[in-house]
Amino acid sequence: MSTLEIKDLHVAVNTDEGQKELLHGVNLTIKSDETHAIMGPNGSGKSTLSYAIAGHPKYEVTSGSVTLDGEDVLEMSVDERARAGLFLAMQYPVEVPGVSMSNFLRTAATAVRGEAPKLRHWVKEVKESMGALDIDPAFAERSVNEGFSGGEKKRHEILQLDLLNPKFAILDETDSGLDVDALRVVSEGVNRYREDGGHGIMLITHYTRILKHIKPDFVHVFAGGKVVESGGPELADKLEEEGYVAYTGNKKEAATV
Amino acid sequence: MSTNVAEAAEAVVPEVSKGERFRSYDVDAFEVPGGREEDWRFTPMRRLRGLHDGSAEPSGSATVEVIGEASVETVDRTDSRLGEAGIPGDRIAAQAYSAFETATVVSVPAETKLEGPVTVTVTGPGTDQVAYGHIQVRAERFAEATVVLDHRGSGIYADNVEIVAGDGAKLSVVVVTDWADDAVHVSAQHTKLGRDATLRHTLVALGGDLVRVSPTVQFSQPGADAELDGLYFADAHQHFEHRLFVDHAVPNCRSNVVYKGALQGVDAHTVWIGDVLIRAAAEGTETFELNRNLVLTQGARADSVPNLEIETGEIVSAGHASATGRFDDEQLFYLQARGIPEDQARRLVVRGFFHELLMKIDVPEVRERLESAIEAELEAVGA
Ligand SMILES: Nc1ncnc2c1ncn2[C@@H]1O[C@H](COP(=O)(O)OP(=O)(O)O)[C@@H](O)[C@H]1O
Ligand SMILES: [Mg+2]
Repeated sequence: MSTLEIKDLHVAVNTDEGQKELLHGVNLTIKSDETHAIMGPNGSGKSTLSYAIAGHPKYEVTSGSVTLDGEDVLEMSVDERARAGLFLAMQYPVEVPGVSMSNFLRTAATAVRGEAPKLRHWVKEVKESMGALDIDPAFAERSVNEGFSGGEKKRHEILQLDLLNPKFAILDETDSGLDVDALRVVSEGVNRYREDGGHGIMLITHYTRILKHIKPDFVHVFAGGKVVESGGPELADKLEEEGYVAYTGNKKEAATV
Repeated sequence: MSTNVAEAAEAVVPEVSKGERFRSYDVDAFEVPGGREEDWRFTPMRRLRGLHDGSAEPSGSATVEVIGEASVETVDRTDSRLGEAGIPGDRIAAQAYSAFETATVVSVPAETKLEGPVTVTVTGPGTDQVAYGHIQVRAERFAEATVVLDHRGSGIYADNVEIVAGDGAKLSVVVVTDWADDAVHVSAQHTKLGRDATLRHTLVALGGDLVRVSPTVQFSQPGADAELDGLYFADAHQHFEHRLFVDHAVPNCRSNVVYKGALQGVDAHTVWIGDVLIRAAAEGTETFELNRNLVLTQGARADSVPNLEIETGEIVSAGHASATGRFDDEQLFYLQARGIPEDQARRLVVRGFFHELLMKIDVPEVRERLESAIEAELEAVGA
């Protein structure tokens, strides 16, 4: 049983006009076997929250805390956080030219597991995982994310989730840009991770459609750099009906597809 | 690279067309360069140890050893084949031409395909010793071969390398400059390509104090294809300079230049000049040149100057790209976010940077040597 606890988190970036605060005191606690949906309009700071937890150098935590089972996450380097059991599926996965997917996956698995996986088991494991996500085996020899379509990138993020098996997964708009089939395949992948047990999920999304595939236990509305309302799955239904207008005053921000 | 610390702007069209460049075997026909000239402005003249002003008298000799199936001759300057691929275009090349004692001619007979690579090992004359050399590599019509020119040792050395590929020949020349730290090497590499000939010229620059290599490609007949690749890794205080000139003088030839370099340490300096000239007669030309530099630490500097001069509009394509950047922080973040420690992530990124070129080196021993050299370089800075 693990706990990821975010307390009064303030995060800023350095811009040409000086320091700009993007998160204004985020509070959120996620436990193993809980799925929390974070829903909010564009620009509300959802990605900023996920980057700050993962340790992206651009985002500076100015106050507050993030702990994993009581350990100070903010003290850890980016790779230490990953090895401690945090995983961020990125909204925009990064291309790494010249590094093959298979080399990358094996290097990452070796780092996270603390020893190189036995080759025979590993090959089988990757093959099965790729198969479950409908990923063509030829991708293994391609450079990481290079020239992948949006949907292919997202499938590979979930592939990494499956192979690295973290304690907590932060999924930043994994659903955006997916067609119906890809959304189903990716959601099934997330649900397998969830059903494995002992895993907590922070599911960041702009739209409600992924919640038809992945049922959240808790829903939080994120606006203006903080959590503005929390509730159960019924809150998503309300967002589906009314959009974010109550939180942003902007009628155009619909939460439905 | 997402961050460009120095991006070469539009291709500069030189004031004097490269096609009109002065060429001569006579060293005195060239003025002693002072360092401000376009050809010399990036070169630290004092570190040339007198190669450019006549003060570097030959005091030793470089040894040339050839292993492989090709025919090898040691000839004197009266051999009529010498000079076939090109005439010196600067004072050091003319100096080397005037001063060499014997030339080595490595040739592959017509319609012969050599299975393994031919390795020509040039060992420098020794610390503070000066030598001049001349090597000609010939692939006669329809011959196919890979020739490695491997440079090792110490000393001060200038040479002309001639590469002659006859009609329909397929020749791969891999030039490795793996000199000791004190070495100074200035090399003019002239290439002449026959009808439908294919040349792959790969430069691998690993060692030496100052290494300046000027590959020139001259298309003499239509249909030829030249692939010019370069990989370099410069450390503190090393100066590696590459000056390419591709002269499209005849129709329907193709050239593709890809040079990639990594730099680390104080005063590591690399220079890449890519001059491509498409003359009026060269209709149907297809050319592209690319230079990328990865600056790994502060205090290192990469200069990159593409020049594209086009005298006819009737071409297939012509283009260039040049970018110099630091490590891409987003790539590092992504790899680290998957648990990969920073030093290992950096190594993956650098290896990835060179990957496409490494895969094109068709001599496994050279490729492995280069891979381990890159590893060793990265270990050295603790990157
Ligand atoms: N590096 C940055 N520099 C300046 N502003 C930023 C930076 N990153 C994000 N922002 C701004 O912070 C706000 C929140 O962005 P983000 O976290 O990406 O929102 P979301 O993921 O909810 O769409 C936006 O207004 C965005 O423009
Ligand atoms: Mg976002």
